[in-house]
Amino acid sequence: MRRSPLHYGLAALGVISLLAGLALVPLFYRAHQPLFALGMVVLLGVAVFIYTSPRFYPYRYVVPGVMAVAVFIVFPMAYTLGISFTNYSSQHLLSKERATDVLLQKQIAGDQSFDMKLYTAGDRYQLFFQSDDDDSKKFVTAPFELKTGKDENHVPLTAATAEPNGQPVLLKDLFKLQAGLKNTVAVLPTGEELRQSSLRRFAQSKPAYKLAADGSLVGTDGKSVLKANMKTGFYEDAQGQQFEPGFRSNVGWNNYWRVFNDPAFHQPFLRIFAWTIGFASLNTLFTFAIGIILAVLLNWEALKFRGTYRMMLFLPYAVPAFISIPVFKGLFNENLGEINMALGLFGLHPGWFSEPNLARAMVLIVNTWLGYPYMMILCMGLIKAIPEELYEASALAGAGPLMNFFRITLPLILRPIAPLLIASFAFNFNNLTLIALLTSGGPDFLDTQVPAGATDLLVSYTYRIAFQDSGQNYALASAISSIVFLLVATLAVVNLKLFKVNKN
Amino acid sequence: MPVVLKKSTRWRVLVAHIGLIAFIALTVFPFLMIISISLRPGNFAGGSLIPHSISFEHWKLALGMSYVDGDGNLVKPPFPVLLWIWNSVKVAFISATVSLVLSITSAYAFARMRFKGKGTLLNSLLLLQMFPSVLALVAIYALFDRIGYYVPWLGIDSHWSLALAYTGGVAQHIWLIKGYFDSVPYELEEAARVDGATPFQAFVYVLLPMAVPILVVVFVLAFLGGMIEYPVASVLLHDEQKLTLAIGSRLFLFNQRYLWGDFAATAILAGIPLTAIFMITQRWLVSGLTAGSVKG
Repeated sequence: MRRSPLHYGLAALGVISLLAGLALVPLFYRAHQPLFALGMVVLLGVAVFIYTSPRFYPYRYVVPGVMAVAVFIVFPMAYTLGISFTNYSSQHLLSKERATDVLLQKQIAGDQSFDMKLYTAGDRYQLFFQSDDDDSKKFVTAPFELKTGKDENHVPLTAATAEPNGQPVLLKDLFKLQAGLKNTVAVLPTGEELRQSSLRRFAQSKPAYKLAADGSLVGTDGKSVLKANMKTGFYEDAQGQQFEPGFRSNVGWNNYWRVFNDPAFHQPFLRIFAWTIGFASLNTLFTFAIGIILAVLLNWEALKFRGTYRMMLFLPYAVPAFISIPVFKGLFNENLGEINMALGLFGLHPGWFSEPNLARAMVLIVNTWLGYPYMMILCMGLIKAIPEELYEASALAGAGPLMNFFRITLPLILRPIAPLLIASFAFNFNNLTLIALLTSGGPDFLDTQVPAGATDLLVSYTYRIAFQDSGQNYALASAISSIVFLLVATLAVVNLKLFKVNKN
Repeated sequence: MPVVLKKSTRWRVLVAHIGLIAFIALTVFPFLMIISISLRPGNFAGGSLIPHSISFEHWKLALGMSYVDGDGNLVKPPFPVLLWIWNSVKVAFISATVSLVLSITSAYAFARMRFKGKGTLLNSLLLLQMFPSVLALVAIYALFDRIGYYVPWLGIDSHWSLALAYTGGVAQHIWLIKGYFDSVPYELEEAARVDGATPFQAFVYVLLPMAVPILVVVFVLAFLGGMIEYPVASVLLHDEQKLTLAIGSRLFLFNQRYLWGDFAATAILAGIPLTAIFMITQRWLVSGLTAGSVKG
């Protein structure tokens, strides 16, 4: 077997990817993800095996694509499911380790605090401190620059007997220098660090908590002991008071329970679910109805200019949705939009974005406009496949066009197009782009606690829960997404069955 | 079609023409309107379809140029539109390239080789491509947020992250390419094999050159998909300088700051090339779709 440069190139690529994969292992491990590290090792082992063993030759070709699907489709789905059993939200954003770190880094005021005065020394500044308790305790810094930025600016203090020469900075100027002062850490000769505690005061600060051997956080003031409560996802003291920040923890079926039993979520969920089904079915029906009528017309040989018509009719599908949807949003605008200006001539002034049913009608109109060309194209292809003899026979029997349509075209097209109709239903069921760009789900229901709107689909509802108002509850959004996953999976399986039936 | 043309047919043809023209007028109306709006001075609605006075102010802004308005004020472009377009092109190009490279060899194996689990894998791919990525938005966001903590260039607000997130289209691409490979006769590769070529050589030197059209089509479709995607981009990108056009264009139409005219010019600027590319490739897309439904 002759080895071409291509072979060596690919082999080199394989070795490089292997090394890159190996480099990830310690990275995962350091990131406190031992499972990922282990998974990576297993994965690399399997890969080496497949790419060296002749028995698995075909899999060498299959692996890249299948891996991509596993990483980019299956893994995010599994991850969504995983998140749905946690309390991941803006209140519980961090992992437990990082939440612990944040608490450990928290500083509280120590025993010493000082009145501060700032003096100018040329274009530099000097800090002067006087203790509250003891008038004789005074400290001063050498002239230094006030720096802003990420790193703290440590300046040493020396004992002083009098205030430094130079002009004290006036209060109004002190405000302007705040950023620099906040960043300044004055270090006492004994080593204690002083930080600005208020506009004209510096105080010693020390860590608020120390980590105990059992994982609890002991307050350095000796009063409180914080224990991590894995159920609530907070550190709590003995009285059950919760301390920010919360951390992610497992809450079991809690989110699903909330969707179905908590009235705040349960009630909008059912309404939105009903509208989602209604929207997806009506939209599929409308686009199919318009699409098939146009397809029949465009397949009619007596008609001229069919090519031009086809192109013009296809246009709405070709224009990117992120352009055409905002165009409609502008045209339908209640006060400034062209549609209401035209309707104004007849004395009408419909509130497309404020009245629930009108908003729903608008969403349907816009999406039908966006979707009919796709159905038209599909139907055109399928109508072409219907044998001509059927129409000739029906013509001899004296049937009219309507009879042809309902007795021949429609029945023969329904079976092959059924899976595509289901796919269209599933697509519109999850048509986040349309809702996000057109109405953002509005007009909002006035009687629900959780923000939800009349045109919200389940996906846009989860989008709002996760990324907009109502506290960025990622876990709850994932729970709803997982429910929708289930529905889509059912549709997909039904679709596959139909698809198979057609094939045979 | 009926062999005998009746007199009534002529009437029907006329009615069909009128109906089609009326319907087209209705559907094309928004496009005409948007052209008119982009040429109208000011950002307010109103006025007729044919503008009274033509002004290119919105076009200048869309192209990143400033202009001086009637009162002598310098009006600067509200958003970096050209930068957004460039961002979109970058992301779409990377994602289309990556997903095409990842799907080619799999499609070849599915079309030409026998191995265990082939049918199951193919069916799973067909099922998986029906799952929309919008359902995994939270996971995508959370994943990249966490990856970004360790690897900043692969976190939130990174074009690499977005391009990778778009790679989920692979399942669909494998099916499309496989369908095409299936339609190419096996004899040529067989001849190459007889002459001593490895399966890999037969694939690279014989089959791939014949499959260039489908590769181009899949690439273009993946590219367009990346250009027009909204949901994933909207959760991964926040920095105004990093936005893609699809999410950036949303910023034009807020009730507080309603830049109707500027939006119109931007929409046409970005819409025409995308629409043109799609019109050219849609033939293959549609044949792929219907072939998928008929042949499997």
